Amino acid sequence: MNKVELGKQKKQIKKRRRLIFRTIIIMLLFAALIFAVVSNLSADEAAVDVGDEAPDFQLKHLNGSGEQTVRLSDFEGKGVMLNFWATYCEPCEREMPYMESLYSQYQDRGVEIVAVSVDATELVVHNFVEDYNLTFPVLHDKNSQVLDAYGIKPLPTSFFIDENGVVVERVLGELTLEKLEGYLQQIEPS
Amino acid sequence: MRSFKCDACGYENKEGTTICKKCGKPHDQAENSQLLNMRYDGTSIRSKTRNRSIIDKIWNFFSSVKVGVTLIAIALVASAIGTIYPQEMYIPQTVSPEAHYREQYGLMGQIYYQFGFHQLYGSWWYMVLIALIGMSIFIVSIDRGVPLYKALKYQNPKRHPNFLKRQKLFASYADYTKEDKKQLLSNLRKYRYKIIEKDGHFLAEKGRFSRWGPYVNHCGLIIFLIGTLLRFVPFMYIDDFVWVREGETKVIPSTEQTYYIENEEFIFETYGDDEEDQKFAEILAQQNAPIAKHFETSATIYRDISDDITGSEPELEEVKSGNIIVNQPLKINRLALYQDSYQLNEFQSMSFKLHESGDDAEESIVQFTVDLTNPSREYTFDNGFRIKLDQYYPDYELDDGEPRSKTNYPRNPGFVFFVYPPETEQPEISFLAIGHNIDPTQENDYKLGLTGFDVRDVSGLKIRKDLTLPILGVGAFIFMIGLIQGMYWQHRRIWLHPTDNKLWMAGHTNKNWFGLNKEIEKIIKHTNFTMPQDQEEKQHE
Repeated sequence: MNKVELGKQKKQIKKRRRLIFRTIIIMLLFAALIFAVVSNLSADEAAVDVGDEAPDFQLKHLNGSGEQTVRLSDFEGKGVMLNFWATYCEPCEREMPYMESLYSQYQDRGVEIVAVSVDATELVVHNFVEDYNLTFPVLHDKNSQVLDAYGIKPLPTSFFIDENGVVVERVLGELTLEKLEGYLQQIEPS
Repeated sequence: MRSFKCDACGYENKEGTTICKKCGKPHDQAENSQLLNMRYDGTSIRSKTRNRSIIDKIWNFFSSVKVGVTLIAIALVASAIGTIYPQEMYIPQTVSPEAHYREQYGLMGQIYYQFGFHQLYGSWWYMVLIALIGMSIFIVSIDRGVPLYKALKYQNPKRHPNFLKRQKLFASYADYTKEDKKQLLSNLRKYRYKIIEKDGHFLAEKGRFSRWGPYVNHCGLIIFLIGTLLRFVPFMYIDDFVWVREGETKVIPSTEQTYYIENEEFIFETYGDDEEDQKFAEILAQQNAPIAKHFETSATIYRDISDDITGSEPELEEVKSGNIIVNQPLKINRLALYQDSYQLNEFQSMSFKLHESGDDAEESIVQFTVDLTNPSREYTFDNGFRIKLDQYYPDYELDDGEPRSKTNYPRNPGFVFFVYPPETEQPEISFLAIGHNIDPTQENDYKLGLTGFDVRDVSGLKIRKDLTLPILGVGAFIFMIGLIQGMYWQHRRIWLHPTDNKLWMAGHTNKNWFGLNKEIEKIIKHTNFTMPQDQEEKQHE
């Protein structure tokens, strides 16, 4: 009798061990599967995404007074719309007037608009700024360093950064006036 | 787990066992004449046992060979579908994929696009499919490999008579002497069989390790899959690209703005430049364009040693300098820069002269050069002339009558110049581009003309880092070992079973029965034993 019970007990232990072993193996395999799928889907995503802190940078200010540089951290405490654009990019050209039209209104409410041009030459940017009478700071990323740091692929790409420096929204491509206003409202400091 | 008792020896066998683990008595109800299924040596496959928990059910799903084969078949069909039309990465970048597939391949193309087959190999479901195959391989290996290993490790040389009778090769000898048996065993040893004995029953065995071949092979495959998975980790794998113009210093992508590369010179040679290319003269004459023979980037890699904020002027320290040729990359910290492509003759600067409009000799009044990488706004001269570069289009085109630039690069530059003759505030306007020299008012006293230009080449470099290669190599190597192990060796067993007045002999091999037959022929040499009968063939007769 004792022997039978001992055998039963042994079997129970064996069974439990098998369950633990199988659970571990299956969990490991599923973890690998989830890792593969998630990293595959996020492979194309940019270096800076929603929820990330926007990396600080410093660039030459093209439409300021004199030789000046602007840092992103200069706008701490304000909401910032960071727009990457180029003069040769038609959608960028279309959304610029929208940005200009909302700029003064939202600047009073604590939102700054910063446009980073990735053009090769300053001259073309100056001409563009004059043509469109842009009053918000236009910066020049001559060495494409900020472009690289933000992992920009298509132009335009706009980041909407809240007063704490956290990216709230990342928009690839052209913005309409309504959408732009909606995003600007989102990053208004409370 | 339910078990049952062997009716011959009383051993408690696990449910699912078809051949008693201890005495080898077959437990199926089949007739004695039928050949025994020796798969996994008749042990109970782990998954075939009774199961209740969800874990056991998942385990059973993946351990099924049927499921594994189905998954592989689905992956095969899916992979084939991906080759019907080109994948998205191979279509022209200029058109939207949706339009491209519709226009090129009609309705089928549209369906193809709608289903997402244009990026099939990167789709989540394809990834899941491959991962499921990996899981299946892993679990099947454990599920089958472990019981098989145990069964072969603890073999009982003394087997139930039915076990022997139902082997493919079987013989019963009445007529033999002790010397015959001795000779037989010595022959077996000569052919490197390992012999174990119990109560006069013998088991001669060789090549058991070939049974582990498939499992070794699977281990290699799993290591290989892990290697491919690690490609998603940026630390392990980088695949990027950068265009660098001659004389330009650019940040190397994927290095977090730490490394910069300067293209000092791009060297481009075509066939026909050399005297030794004369042998190709005939074929070269038939070509419309020169054929590239050699291209090479002379480059220097710098490191930004300043810890300033992104965007500020980098403080560059030379790290390495060298030439990049196809298949001979420049390497820094396991990051390799490969020569990938090039663009020749992009404009770098253009020189102009000003002359009087009516002057047929076009005698120069002033001359100046516009640096297209960083053009100045104004050009002033000692003789009082002033020329303002009002508009500059690096890659000029007319878009609805409006001039604009297509790209960032001076491939087709266009200029609007304001010419201020001495002591005047009213400029004369001129538009210049390749093939254009327009005076919009038709009243200009002065005319600008292009006198010369400088060009430079652009080098396209691939940036590559792959630390997964050693893992893939090890995986592939183990895979091959497993394959060789299972392919070139066979697991052969011969049982000798004494009965009251006879000696029974049975043979089994996991593959290559012809080889086993040949070997037995040699083993029974110099004995009175005859060749065992192939019971399968006998049944067919």
